[in-house]
Amino acid sequence: MKARQKRLVFVGLAVLGVAAASTLALTALKGNISYFFSPSQVVANEAPQDHVFRIGGLVTEGTVRREGDGLTVHFDVTDNAETVKVAYTGILPDLFSEGKGVVAKGRLGPDGVFLAEEVLAKHDEEYMPPEVASTLKTTHAEGVAETAIQASEATN
Amino acid sequence: MSEFLSQGGYGFFVWGAYGMVAVLLVAEVLQLRAQRRTIWSRLGRLTRMRDTGGTE
Amino acid sequence: MTLNWFKFASPASFYPIAGRLIPVFWILTLLLLAIGLYWGFFETASKLGGSNPQKEYYRIIFIHVPSAWMSMWLYIVLVGWAAIGLVFNTRLSFMMANAVAPTGAIFTFLALWTGAFWGRPSWGTYWDWDPRLTSELVLFFLYIGYIALHSAIDDTRRADRASALLAIVGLIMVPVIFWSINCPDPNQCAALHQRSNLTRIDGNILFSMLTMTLAFWMYGFAATFMRLRSIILTREAENTWVQELLNARRQA
Repeated sequence: MKARQKRLVFVGLAVLGVAAASTLALTALKGNISYFFSPSQVVANEAPQDHVFRIGGLVTEGTVRREGDGLTVHFDVTDNAETVKVAYTGILPDLFSEGKGVVAKGRLGPDGVFLAEEVLAKHDEEYMPPEVASTLKTTHAEGVAETAIQASEATN
Repeated sequence: MSEFLSQGGYGFFVWGAYGMVAVLLVAEVLQLRAQRRTIWSRLGRLTRMRDTGGTE
Repeated sequence: MTLNWFKFASPASFYPIAGRLIPVFWILTLLLLAIGLYWGFFETASKLGGSNPQKEYYRIIFIHVPSAWMSMWLYIVLVGWAAIGLVFNTRLSFMMANAVAPTGAIFTFLALWTGAFWGRPSWGTYWDWDPRLTSELVLFFLYIGYIALHSAIDDTRRADRASALLAIVGLIMVPVIFWSINCPDPNQCAALHQRSNLTRIDGNILFSMLTMTLAFWMYGFAATFMRLRSIILTREAENTWVQELLNARRQA
């Protein structure tokens, strides 16, 4: 490759790199990246009715049910103020569990059930072996409390 | 040993991650050594050309 | 200590110093890697409990966190040298910045890769437009942009200055992007990646993670100094000391 062609390629790459970085910066500032709606917002009809969005909250205790075929799972998402029913067909992530944080992407069905095409589990900053870990009761309470705080900030 | 490789069934993810780290860091070192060799041989060639006062 | 620092600022005087330090850094790297990896795989629980009950895949932490921290640290080092070069017009400073960039880029890629392989089993996805992940991706683009821009400009001095400016602008952009996505209104954005908190990590896990971080840091020094010496030889080729080194090598 001639020297000038090489330069052109490098300049092109550099420009692309900066352009990509700036584009991300601008879209980020517009708040388009990584948003979700809380169950309270969904219940208040603030979430889009006709296209894909994300809902985030905690998985309500005791609500995880598998359908007869074993492939579809139902659970409730809550922000300790309102609750939304979710249906999902697929493999749940390892950290998905009742009382823990979850983010689901999908659409709201006509009957108010959120039909998820993707379910992601969240986790906190603790890394402890099982015998040393804080008791399930304490951490569950912490997690619930923190989500409640976030939710009340959200609805205020 | 098979337990170690399997990593609870998550071997693909664990070794996929560790493997890439090993590959890239080793590759980087090998590239740096090759670069150094090239520079010395290039310097040697230039000096020889200059000393003999013409094309080799 | 009255040391003439500017003496060390010359490529000619730093070249042999770097040469003597490289093997030391390699020994430290290998030692720390051995300790860190052994401890991480054999002195820690295979599964976690409590509020974050991760399975064996959590062990990616021992290479993911060190990679991420090094990617950020090396970028700060790069910008530091670039700024010193711009202000003091010292040759070695720009050479240091250029020596650091590729290693920094590699660590950034590894942070993203190891993060992806950790995210898939734990969260359920290889990628998310979360503040931390997105900022790290931007950092990767900045490293690549720096290297590409420098290669694109023929005149070394102008290349040094242009890429130095890009790096400094980038340093401002990263926290802006991070804080704008991690915005205070929880309605508008979500973070998948948790906040970091070293106080809630088990002692054995923390020890291994920090040992691996140190190992990566020593590796960073070794690789950067190796690259620096090549850069010095290339840029200073016309100088007498390089010619003398060449003759000494020929006779050896």
